[in-house]
Amino acid sequence: MASDALLFYLFATITVAGALMVVTQKNPVYSVLSIIAAFFGLAGLYVLLEAPFVAVAQIIIYAGAIMVLFLFVVMLLNAPREDAAEWDRSHPLYRPMAMRIGGALAVLLALELGWALSRTTGLAAGIGEDRPAVSSVEELGRVLFTDYMFAFEVTSILIIAAMVGAVVLARRREE
Amino acid sequence: MQGIIDRLTAPQTIAYAVIVGIVFMGLQIMAAVMVYAERKVAAFMQQRYGPYLVGPRGLLQPIADIVKLFFKEELRPKAADAFLFSLAPIISVAAAYLAFAPVPFGAPTTFFGMLDEPIKLQVSDVNVAVLVIFAVASMGVYGIVLAGWASNSKYSLLGGLRSSAQMISYELAYGMSLATVVMMANSMSLTTIVDQQSGYWFGFIPKWYIFLQPIAFFVFACAGVAETNRAPFDFPEAEQELVAGYHTEYSSMRFAMFFMAEYINMVTVSAVAVNLFLGGWYGPFIPANYGWIWFVIKLAVLLFVYLWLRWTLPRFRYDQLMSFGWKVLLPLATVNLLLTAAGVLYFGL
Amino acid sequence: MPLGHYLVLSGLLFAIGTAGVFLRRNLIALLLSVELMLNAVNLAFVAFGRQWGAVDGQIITFFVMTVAAAEAAVGLAIVIALFRHRESLNPEAFTSLKW
Repeated sequence: MASDALLFYLFATITVAGALMVVTQKNPVYSVLSIIAAFFGLAGLYVLLEAPFVAVAQIIIYAGAIMVLFLFVVMLLNAPREDAAEWDRSHPLYRPMAMRIGGALAVLLALELGWALSRTTGLAAGIGEDRPAVSSVEELGRVLFTDYMFAFEVTSILIIAAMVGAVVLARRREE
Repeated sequence: MQGIIDRLTAPQTIAYAVIVGIVFMGLQIMAAVMVYAERKVAAFMQQRYGPYLVGPRGLLQPIADIVKLFFKEELRPKAADAFLFSLAPIISVAAAYLAFAPVPFGAPTTFFGMLDEPIKLQVSDVNVAVLVIFAVASMGVYGIVLAGWASNSKYSLLGGLRSSAQMISYELAYGMSLATVVMMANSMSLTTIVDQQSGYWFGFIPKWYIFLQPIAFFVFACAGVAETNRAPFDFPEAEQELVAGYHTEYSSMRFAMFFMAEYINMVTVSAVAVNLFLGGWYGPFIPANYGWIWFVIKLAVLLFVYLWLRWTLPRFRYDQLMSFGWKVLLPLATVNLLLTAAGVLYFGL
Repeated sequence: MPLGHYLVLSGLLFAIGTAGVFLRRNLIALLLSVELMLNAVNLAFVAFGRQWGAVDGQIITFFVMTVAAAEAAVGLAIVIALFRHRESLNPEAFTSLKW
């Protein structure tokens, strides 16, 4: 359907533009705002994929909680703008070996993913046209609490560990 | 081409556009009415007259306020981040309007028989409506955080950080009380939740969730008042403490946008409370078609309670506020959730 | 929309995230790039879940989001501790373990 394609390209453009801005912005606050824009694009894509619960969870958890945490840290640390002058006044591509190799590896990764995708069959058909989508919250909850019960409980332990760890790590040492 | 024009001018589309217009203009008018109501109610509670010069009984006071704000000079501190400084009030207002989108304010109606099939009085009916409201409330935090940061001033930054810390702390209790209602109603769609509250027990007690879940209502009310940064939880924008906190450096239309965002948030939280706990548009003596009358009445009552709270209670100090949210409301909401789960499972509530 | 489009988008986001991890000299931006990679993976999961009409794709995204939240919290705590030590967010400032 034409409107589906239009919406897909719209959300995809927002997401990729946000992602590119994250990687190129010098001001950390602008990076955080760009990634929030990318998350909204992704939420739109999830709605197109008939997963509304995941879309809303993405906004609540990622854009609403994790990024607020990032913003707090950026503001409390008064994070300095990434200043190339501090370490080296050159363009990223002339920087030391690590960055050059890293950049090359990222391009290599993109090329490899593209090559793998081009060799895969069955990608041209419309997504999930032969099967109905499962998007009801009841079904999600049922499977989450029966088949994935163990993983669910383990993540709760993970969250407690993360909370305790974060508090301990960020505490000022009393001298 | 003709098909598109036919679809655009179909009665359903026009009715939908009318509803969107009603919601948008209604929220703005509610904000203006709240400006006036706040000052009059405050005045009567403090045994004075309040505005009475502009228009009969001071009814044109909001217009005077808006005109004044319009003509004020737009200031921007030199060291402020220009883009973020302008973006912050936009985010606040956008989140405030967006939060009202999934809220229904009446039964599906056919506009006196003009439409073939009934149209819902709602901008968008998603079946995860409760979550969407929660998500947009999380987005509202950004307006405040960015306002505090972009102003590049001590008071603003402190006020912004404190206010957003308060908002995200109370979001937890807010979400828990929402989850409790969702558990009772077995659905996340606001229309379904309201429909479950139609009918009466013993013929005269309405089946509202406030009677089944008083604790959840209390938690929701406290969390809602804290979310909108209203007294008694308004430490971050208190004049005596922080010189107006995160909107210290704002003037004219940008300040007006923050102002409007706060009042519209109040209206949204009250509307959600009416839908979740007070039976939405169902009430005696008025058939469900005209239920929006009851909705507006209940909304007005809750908004009056908001104003009443502000001008009666002293404000919480910041650490008292945070400890209330984390140490009292959150455990209360969690225990309530557990009890409700047990009730639904074993007693089929 | 063909499945291929979603996978290409997911791969593109992952590559951008990887480039960010390698090329940014700011710890916060580094963590943001890692979050971007996790989101790319989420998109792939949901797309595949939709393709096979299974709900598992969406469920795995919850676990990914939870892990991302936990990792962001601990990562930022580490960033705060490091900042207190060296007053800098540049990963090149922390070189005491280099040979």
